[in-house]
Parts: sequence; structure tokens; C-alpha cells
Amino acid sequence: MSGDGGLIEPEVAERALARVLAHGGEFAEVFAERSAGTTMAIDESRVEAVQSGAEQGAGVRVLSGKTTYFAHVDGLDPADIERAADEAAAALREDRATPCPLEAVATTPQQIERRPAEVPAERKAALLRELDERGRGAGSEIAQFMASYAEVRREVAVANSDGLYTGDDRTRVRIGAQAVARREGLVETGAETLGGHRGFELFDGDPGEIAEQAARKALTLLEAGPAPAGSMPVVVGGGFGGVLFHEMTGHGLEADHIQKGASVYVGKLGEQVAQPLLTAYDDGRMPNEWGSDSVDDEGAPTQKTMVIEEGRIASFLYDGLTARRDGVASTGNGRRESFRHLPVPRMTNTYIASGDAEPEAMIAEVEHGFYAVSFGGGQVDPATGDFVFGVSEGYLIEDGKVTRPCRGATLIGNCLQALAAIDAVGNDFEMKTGVCGKAGQKVPVGTGQGHVRIAAMTVGGTEV
Amino acid sequence: MIEQASRAVEAALAAGASDAEAYASEDAGREVRAHGGEVESLTAATKRGIGVRAWIGKRLGYAFGTDLSKAGIAALAGRAVEAARVADEDEFAGPPNPTEVPVRLIRSIATKGAPERIALELTDPSLAATSIADVAELSLAIERAALDADPRVAGVEQAVYADSAERVAIASSTGKGGEYESTSCYGYVQALAEGEDGRETGLGFDLARGPAALDPAAIGREGAERATAMIGARKPESRSCAVVLDPTVASSFVGLIGKALGAGMVQRGRSPFADRVGAEIAGEAFVLHDDGLEPAGLSAAPFDGEGVPRRRTPLIEGGRLRTYLFDTYTARRGEAASTGNAGRAGYRSLPSVSPSNLLVAPGTLAFAELLGEVGEGVLVTDVAGLHSGVNPVSGVFSVGASGLAIRGGEPAEPLREFTIASDLVSMLKAVRATGADARWVPFGGSVSTPSLLVGEMTIAGS
Repeated sequence: MSGDGGLIEPEVAERALARVLAHGGEFAEVFAERSAGTTMAIDESRVEAVQSGAEQGAGVRVLSGKTTYFAHVDGLDPADIERAADEAAAALREDRATPCPLEAVATTPQQIERRPAEVPAERKAALLRELDERGRGAGSEIAQFMASYAEVRREVAVANSDGLYTGDDRTRVRIGAQAVARREGLVETGAETLGGHRGFELFDGDPGEIAEQAARKALTLLEAGPAPAGSMPVVVGGGFGGVLFHEMTGHGLEADHIQKGASVYVGKLGEQVAQPLLTAYDDGRMPNEWGSDSVDDEGAPTQKTMVIEEGRIASFLYDGLTARRDGVASTGNGRRESFRHLPVPRMTNTYIASGDAEPEAMIAEVEHGFYAVSFGGGQVDPATGDFVFGVSEGYLIEDGKVTRPCRGATLIGNCLQALAAIDAVGNDFEMKTGVCGKAGQKVPVGTGQGHVRIAAMTVGGTEV
Repeated sequence: MIEQASRAVEAALAAGASDAEAYASEDAGREVRAHGGEVESLTAATKRGIGVRAWIGKRLGYAFGTDLSKAGIAALAGRAVEAARVADEDEFAGPPNPTEVPVRLIRSIATKGAPERIALELTDPSLAATSIADVAELSLAIERAALDADPRVAGVEQAVYADSAERVAIASSTGKGGEYESTSCYGYVQALAEGEDGRETGLGFDLARGPAALDPAAIGREGAERATAMIGARKPESRSCAVVLDPTVASSFVGLIGKALGAGMVQRGRSPFADRVGAEIAGEAFVLHDDGLEPAGLSAAPFDGEGVPRRRTPLIEGGRLRTYLFDTYTARRGEAASTGNAGRAGYRSLPSVSPSNLLVAPGTLAFAELLGEVGEGVLVTDVAGLHSGVNPVSGVFSVGASGLAIRGGEPAEPLREFTIASDLVSMLKAVRATGADARWVPFGGSVSTPSLLVGEMTIAGS
């Protein structure tokens, strides 16, 4: 149980809610958070940038009409919470409203076997040294190698005027590796990450493997030629390839974009936007997955939401505010970077469900095209649907075969056209970790898919 | 603030540090988001925190937190010392040399009384004088201006005003410390224009030290103009041609170049500009300075993130690279002097070399004349995917873009869904002219740049 985590006493929360609503408003909420984390890095084979952070505070919001009033403070003393309540209500001049009595809702946080904070710091430094050794050992042309370690524990508590009183206890760990390969005038980079909503047990397997994978990518790119420029069939790799769906569909299905008319998916609920071979989910409950939480940052239980059912739009992604406006229930997608931010509809773990195509066959059917194994990241304007992805590892496909690697490729297109052009989904499903930015807030998200083929897409390279 | 910072330094020394430095900040901020003629959200908040660098000999550790009570500061300082024990030794580690921190600018911690201030005005009294109701009206005025500018503007995704009044203090075991205040604000709008085959978005923005200097009508109008200009946009044909980058686009690239000129990346062999000091790396028209004392730039400050005075540093002049940017660590390692470029993203972050305000010298050509110089080419008014489309080590990039065709020296039909590709050094060398239209842009750091005419770039479309 993690109803409150000792962050905020129910009496203190109740008093604060009553204090806010004394000046009017239809809904009030106190969000309390305590976070503690450690990060460190290895660079030039030296462990450095060892950092430890500890922050706590509360955010109070009240909804009145179409306006949200929000204030946040550092500190969790009753006086701090009262100050936040007073600041949030400062501009309200309406009739007193009364909050419902709080009722605690127990939640089951994700299972953490070994708390990272209890693992000696030296062990974490040793993990980085292992990554460094493995990365540098991958080839004589690896000129630089960097790796990072990050752990954070976020305890959160939510109390609102509907009477909800709940919380969550979240622990995440993640390592990243980046290799630089050099040959004469050429310089190339490769990166790989491993993370989860888990404890230090995440590294029980072979974490050093990501160092070798990063090095292999950089070494491969030394053989690369220029990327092609123009429209052609594109096969996207599994795992982080899922960022494609995250950008071109996930963001456009977030209910705030929909309600403002700033999404290409407005009015398309139930409509066929892709071929029937495409089914996709947002699932905040996947055990120990990077984007998972027990409850979202408004205290709503996370859930598995089918967003595309056999090519039809099945659901939008809601937080409490947008759900209220549409008269539906929250889908548990109200997330915030910290107590200093307002919750907005955000994805959790978003993925294209496994298909039935063999990845090799998907490639063999392409005469002339591009194979984007993985991306450095992507970006979309949900209102226009225009998106762009930076390819971190890509190859030419010639006569059904993967041939030479390409450097500096970007994929660019429009959501609705690209989604409709997906003509094969592979059976090699895999999840990867990412960090998603929206409205100035970064949150951990999972992306996933097997190989996916898009019949035509613009590859932006330099070879016209 | 300076008292808490000093206490943190003493606590770290007591916990076993041989040297220590504390950076404390306090920020009072407001943000108003408007949508559909109403205030959508109104945020008023303060945040404060402290970050401590502790050295044990040549080992460096860092800790940050929000608990500024005596016990909280002691615990935080202890964590910084613990972190230092885990780090490996680095022969160049250590606080700034006290002689690099003139007493004239910064008072000694031991001195009681008000700190001396240098003549750098970073605050605008209009910020404190403007009520929350008035700044709410400002964000609504931005939205109205966008909607009224053109009947094809169908809506506004959001209109935002935000401001901040910040106080920063640094204390160090070298005996030096200092404190300053600054204010800043910005407004922006994301306008939606309705075309025959879909919606277009356009960004309008401005930034200043206080709301009195913001023009809501201009912000709204810019958003509307940018959105409506894109109606009916099509993919261009793939080709190589001359390109004009407008200031909003140029600033992103200038920011990337500024980062790559940081000595940290250079010394670690991860910058396309490594070993290039004195070499020809840009067209003569491209002149770049870093200026941490230019008050119009929001990164201006009397001293940098480790207490070393900010200054003006010529980076690229006469087409040649003059110097890199240094903080104390990289200066020691590179046998140079700090250029006062230790940057911090707040109390959570260790200082590291980064540009302050980057200024590209404006040229003499008006924008229309710049397009006239091009004749046939592409005007880029927006780029996307910079965080994933640029390789910061090699400088090779390919990013998403939209803009207008240039035909006969005039702006012509709108273009979308294409990429521009090159590498940073080739692009700089291909800069043929700069416009007279320099403006401050918050993308890519704090950058003031005019439009850039780049002789040749690869466009990938259909």
C-alpha cells in the first residue's frame, strides 16, 4: 500500500482543499511529491559528474469555469501546503464550495526488488567501468566512449475535492552508452539505452551489452555513404522504431490537442485511418516498463487503452480535465514532470501490437528503399500532422537486400498519409525507453513495435 | 541567498571537502495561458534551491536540493562530499582561481553588508508593477491579435505569457561570492490557419526583461502571418539550391555552433571545430560573438555559473575561428583563461561550458534585398527535429523544414515536408550574406541573429 507514503497527512490535505474552495471553484487538488536521485557518468574512462539530488514540494490547483489556477511551493510542511493553497485561490472571488471527505484508495506500486538507493555508489561506478571497457573493447576505431547511470525515486500523493486520496511510489533506473568511432577524416556516433520502472535488478543480465551495441552502430556508420533523398518504401526497425507511432499518432490522440482542434485526428474517432493489420495500445500498466505507473499524477489508475483497433481510431488519451470536458472517464494519462507542473494528457508505453510478418520477408519485398533500424528521436506538429525523425542507423535496400549503411538520414512526412501507408507489421515485438517532451515537461515513455513497413515516405539525405 | 550559500560551503568543508562552492537561486514566476478568449490556466509560484560542488583534492562531487533549513543544507553538503568520494581523480578539477574573480565586482563572503553591484541592469520594474490580472489581459490580447489579423486564422492553439524574477548567489571556499537579480518575460502564440487541405500552424513570439517591452499585437500578428503563409504548401522537388534561413531558424543553428565551440567538447574530441582555431571555417559575412554582458540578451549576468565575470568574446571574425569558449576546468586543461562561460541550467546542474548570449553581426541588406540576391531558392521559416537530426560530433545534419520558394528574388509558393541537409562547417562556409533584420530568439539558447543567406544546401522533398 502506498496511499500517502507519509508525504502529506489527510487532515492537512483536507484543510488545504477546504481553504482553496473557500473562494469558489468546482474542483481542487493537492499533489505532493518527494524525489531523490543519483546520476553519474564515465567519460575518458573517468567516473565523473557524480550527483545526488533531493527535492520535495507540492502543487495545488483549482478549476473554476474554464480556468485552472495553479500554485506550487518547495517543502511539504503544513504551512507550505497552506501557502500553495492560498496562492492558487488568490484570484478567485466566488461562493464557497465544500470538498468531499477524503477516502484513501490503496495502490500497489511496481515491484522493486533492490532499491537503487541502497546499492553502494561504488557498485554503480563499477557498472559504468564495465560499460566503458566493453565499449572500448568493441574495436580499435572506437575513439571515445561515454556512459551514464541515473536512478530516481519519486513518491507522490494526490488528494482532491472529489474525496480521492491516493499515491504511488516510483523507482526508475536507466543506463545509456554512447560511442564515437573515427577513421581518418570520418567520425560517427552510436548510442543505446536500457531502462525500466525497476530496481537495480534490471542490471542482473548483461547490461554491458548496450555498450557493445552502441560501439557496433558507430563502427558500422564508418562504412556509410550518403543517405538517399526522395520518396521510397521504408522499413522501420522494432523497439525504438515505435517512436514513429508515438509521434505520428500518439500525440495527435492526446485529448488536449483534439479539444483545441489542433490535431489531424479531430472528428476521426471510429474512422479507418490505417489498414486493418494495424492495432495499437497505450498501456501504463505493463509490469516494470519504463513508462508505467500504478496511478497517474492525478491519482487515476493507469490502464491499457486500445487506441487503434484494426486500423480504426478506438480512443483518445485523457487526463482528468479533458475527460471532464468530454464527459468520459480519464484513461489514466494525466502526467506531470513534477509538482511544479500541471498535468496534461501524455502517453505512457505506446506500441503497435505484434503483427504476423517476418522482418526478412518485409525487406525482401522492397526493390529500392530504405531500412531505418533506429532513430535518434522525432518530432511532430499534431495540428498539421507534419513529422520528422532523425535516423541513427539506416541502410539502403536494393533488390530486396539490405546493402550499404547511410549517414545523416531523416524521415519526413505527414501522419495521416504515413499511417495509411503502413502495409506490413512484423512479429518481432520489442519495447524501448524514451523521454518525451511536451508543454515544456519531460516524462519517461516506452515505445514499441516489431518491424513496420511504410509503402512510401520521404527520406531526407544529401544524395539527390 | 548568499547567507544560505555561504552556510552550505561551510557545511561541505566541515563534512570533509577540501574546497566547496554553492550556487543558490530563487525564482518567482507567473504564467498565463489563454485559449478561446478565456484564461485557460494561471500559475503563480516560487521555487528555490541550492547546488553544492565539493572537491576532495582532485575529486569532484555534486548535490542539490530544495530544503534550505540548516539541517537540510548540512545533509545536502554531506551528500556532495559523499559523491566526491565516488568520482575518479581529475588533475584539472578545482574551483576558479580567486585572482580571476575581481573583488571589485563581487564581495567577499566574510564582509557583512550589501554586496557591491556592477552596472549591469538586468531588471525591469514593469514586471513587478504589472498585476496578474494585467498579464492575463496581455495573453488574451496576444490571442485576439492573432485572430483579428486574418480571417483565415481559425483558432489559436494557445497564447502564453510567462515571466520570472530571479535571484542568484554564489559562495565559494576561495573566499569570493556574489549575488545578482534579473527579470525576464516572454509571450508567444501558436496560431492555426485553415486551408483547403488541412490546418497550418504559425508561431509568433517576443521576449524582454519586462512586460512593458512586449507588444502583444505584434506577437499575435506574427503567428497569424506565419500560419496563413503556409496555406496550400506542397513538397518541393529534391535539389541543391541557395537557401535563406530566417532569424528563428538561423538561431537554432547558431545555438548548435555555439555549443560545439565550447572547449569541453573540443578537448574531448567531440566537436567539428576541434583543432580549427585560426582556420577558415565561415564565409566572411558570418561574424559571431559571445557576449555575457549584453543586457538585451537574457543570459547576461555579472558573473557566470562559477562566479567568474562574464565578458565579450569574439568567436568567428574574418571567416576565421578566433577562440573556443572556456570555463575554469577547460581553461586549466587547455592552458587558457576562462572566458566566463560556465553555464548552469539552474541549481540542479553542474556548471559546464556553454555560450551566454550569441550575437551574429547583422549585415546591410534588407530582407527583400537578401531574397533578391538569391534569385531562385528556398526561404526556410521553420525547422523540426534538431535534437535528433544533427550529429553534434561530426556536425552532419538533416532536419525537417518548411518555408517558401524564392522565385525571381521574390517570396513565392509555400513549401512543406522537406529536409535541409549539410554539415555545420560547410554551411558556415557557404554563408554569402546576412540580413539587417537581427532579432533575439530564445531557440538554441539566447541568440541574436539576422537572416542568413546560404549559397548551397540539399533540399529533399519529392
